[in-house]
Amino acid sequence: MGIAVESSLDVAPLIIGGREFRSRLMVGTGKYASNGDMMHAIEASGAEVVTVAVRRVDLNRGSEEGILHHLDPDQFFLLANTAGCYTADEAVRYARLARAAGFNEWVKLEVIGDAETLLPDSAGLLEATKTLASEGFKVMAYTNDDLITALRLEEAGAVAVMPLASPIGSGLGMLNPYAIRTIKQRLQVPVIVDAGVGTASDACIVMEQGVDGILMNTGIAAATDPVRMATAMRLAVDAGRLAYLAGRMPRREIAIPSSPMSGMLGA
Amino acid sequence: MMQAPETGGTITLTVNGAPRELAPHSTVAALLGSLGIDPRLVVVEHNRTILRDRDAYDSLGLGSGDVVEIVHFVGGG
Repeated sequence: MGIAVESSLDVAPLIIGGREFRSRLMVGTGKYASNGDMMHAIEASGAEVVTVAVRRVDLNRGSEEGILHHLDPDQFFLLANTAGCYTADEAVRYARLARAAGFNEWVKLEVIGDAETLLPDSAGLLEATKTLASEGFKVMAYTNDDLITALRLEEAGAVAVMPLASPIGSGLGMLNPYAIRTIKQRLQVPVIVDAGVGTASDACIVMEQGVDGILMNTGIAAATDPVRMATAMRLAVDAGRLAYLAGRMPRREIAIPSSPMSGMLGA
Repeated sequence: MMQAPETGGTITLTVNGAPRELAPHSTVAALLGSLGIDPRLVVVEHNRTILRDRDAYDSLGLGSGDVVEIVHFVGGG
């Protein structure tokens, strides 16, 4: 009997901030063509953690546009983000609003430093992480693939650090595997790669670095067939995790035959 | 905070960035009701203070010039 490709093979569960999560793939809920597409894709991804954004209710349309009309908060773990915030104060305000919704005290913290690249503002992230951690928030901090910032965020009380593979929505895949590996090796808290994964091979390679999980949105939502891509991402995350745990063969610059050298026919 | 003039027996607030007229002594619950919003699906911030207790919606009165933000969860990454 073959080995089932299931994350249940992964003997160590993903634990962040004292809570156990059943999937190492976390997904966003933005940019879908329809709420139906979104729900089917999320189900196909197998994700437990789904991110949401905090925004004003459109008073001309009422609260029917809210995502809780489609997403059952009993079935998924809602992780509110502070996307669109450019200062620590702004991000803290959004995080507090999200917590007041009453689901949990977790936040995917974003403090953006530049509108064109959406790269994070490290100083703002550190300030907001300290404030929110002191208020009892479980902060998962979206950050650059910079080891020192990642270490400082851990010291500041983040329960997970989320370095980017490449810029948000770019689909460029992992630009700096060395940086991601180094962050994973040096941090005690879980490392969840967030942003930049464009297709299943990207997800697989990210997981092969040994990180604890991946959060993605556009890679699934902007695929021609989001449900198929969500399935591919689920399998790729499992495959990458298994490959990491299996331990890859050493790289060599020369060929070594797989078949015996002996027993060849005489000329 | 700037006090909007009271006109015609109404007060003027800023709700989600736009001016809105309400009857004097309206509560947060009345405001949400007039907008057709289910209180369980939103979070309300009143003059920069988050109303963490939804039971307070019935008692908290709104005044002229108040700034109210009504937010909810939408799709995001």
